Amino acid sequence: MEALKAVDICKSFRGNMAVNHASMDVKAGEITGLIGANGAGKTTLFNCISGYYPATSGKVVYKGEEVQHKTAQHLCHMGIARTFQIAKPFGMLSALDNVAVGGYNKAKSRKEAYQIAEKSLEMVELLDRKDNLAMLLNTGEQRRLELARALATQPEVLLLDEVMAGLTPTESREMIKLIKKVNNAGITILMIEHIMPVIMSLSNYVYVMERGKMIAQGLPEEVANNPKVIESYLGKGLEVE
Amino acid sequence: MEGEIVVKTKRVEQGTLLILLVIALIFPLLSERYMLSVGISILIMALLGQSWNIMSGYAGQFSFGHAAFFGLGAYTSSILYIDFNISPWVGMIAGMCVAALVGVLIGFLSFRYKLRGDFFALVTLAFAEILRVLFNNTKALKGATGILIPYKDAWKEFQFANDRIFYFIILGMVILATLFIGVMSRRKFGIFLIAIKENQEAAGSLGVPVLQYKLVAMAISAAIAAMAGTFYAQYYGFIDPTVVFVSSISVEAIVPCIIGGAGTLGGPLLGALVIIPLQELSNNLFEGINGMNMIIYGVLIVLFVVFCRDGIYGTVIRRLKGARS
Repeated sequence: MEALKAVDICKSFRGNMAVNHASMDVKAGEITGLIGANGAGKTTLFNCISGYYPATSGKVVYKGEEVQHKTAQHLCHMGIARTFQIAKPFGMLSALDNVAVGGYNKAKSRKEAYQIAEKSLEMVELLDRKDNLAMLLNTGEQRRLELARALATQPEVLLLDEVMAGLTPTESREMIKLIKKVNNAGITILMIEHIMPVIMSLSNYVYVMERGKMIAQGLPEEVANNPKVIESYLGKGLEVE
Repeated sequence: MEGEIVVKTKRVEQGTLLILLVIALIFPLLSERYMLSVGISILIMALLGQSWNIMSGYAGQFSFGHAAFFGLGAYTSSILYIDFNISPWVGMIAGMCVAALVGVLIGFLSFRYKLRGDFFALVTLAFAEILRVLFNNTKALKGATGILIPYKDAWKEFQFANDRIFYFIILGMVILATLFIGVMSRRKFGIFLIAIKENQEAAGSLGVPVLQYKLVAMAISAAIAAMAGTFYAQYYGFIDPTVVFVSSISVEAIVPCIIGGAGTLGGPLLGALVIIPLQELSNNLFEGINGMNMIIYGVLIVLFVVFCRDGIYGTVIRRLKGARS
């Protein structure tokens, strides 16, 4: 069953078609990957789905309801949370307060919001830094904080925009474990990723974008062997006569 | 269970406020009338500063037109008093409501068109100027002649022969505003405002109702400025558009926050305590030079923006929390 569906999404910026009739299904309980070279339109599609800005045309369906006109704030109440490609911490709030902002999404009281916040920080292993200002955390920690914040909103679907960007190899490995943990807790994930091995090891199903269009989809190994995808990433092979 | 940083910051905050309160209580003991009037000036500025602090310091929506709310407060209570004989206390509440409504209107129009930062600040400035011109040229609103509040010494009339009572009233208002911000800043409302200031998109995607919170912050901020306006009218006994709607009032709301520290609890109070005496000193030193206080404001703002962006108190709090400034 699909938790989230994007149908025929187009997004143009002053006539420049960043996303061109792209469709995708995100199955409940799975990790769906979205890959593509730089400028392929992944983040634009993602922003349309998450309500960051409206799509020029097309539909987004969440649990049978059309949500393409809803704002990010509204979608969050409905159970769709996201992280940003460039972490956007609230620098002058402590790590705990940062996560509590998300916690208030479903919590009925201040106490409950902070309980949720502590739990989320524990999940991403940042609880020992809860009193530190978010601006004092390093890149890896800020990414985990961003994830904790999104988790604290208690989403059913989590949209991750390049969570690995800027992480060291060790931090990346930990992040992969963390994403698996989140998925095992029953949260559906749609993730944009640049790094092929990450997508290969995590996703149940993969979509590939190029110049605003979906050019391939399938199981990770199918996609990895698809000539179109290889061409998109590496360019055409030399033809020798 | 609270961490060391949190406890330490809290202690410094409480300590500072306590010292400020003690200073505030010493002023009325000074028998000289002049000192008392200086104290009242400090507190009016502190109240304006706290008002600006909520909307611009905490929520990050920079206003350059707080004179609009200050003036609306002063005019609403005064017109109700002069023309309808309604007690200024009731007028003050009415003025606060009018200012809050106008604040929400300005906010709604600006935020609907996605105005932010400098552009939003310019809109608030424009609104204050529009009000000044409007009041200056409308006979029903007393025009350029302004309003003289007749003097009747009675609680009901919000008039007192003894300046000490005025002093304690404005002190009470400042304490109320500060308590409000203190409680707010640790709760959902305050945390959301700071989140909006830090990153509006991120806040929205975490389910924060950004528009509503910005509008509520504006309404509260405007209401407090209006309160200061009514007090001003009752204390000085005279208002006209060039006194209450001018940009120098808006500047007086901003300056204590910049000097003391915007978005902190004690910053605007400390800022007002530094600036007014400085201004009085300069008035005595440069007698006859009009507008010397504005020159001092200008120099101070430039110096602080360049060298001490978080203000005196703001820098201390930042350091305590371990942040580089």
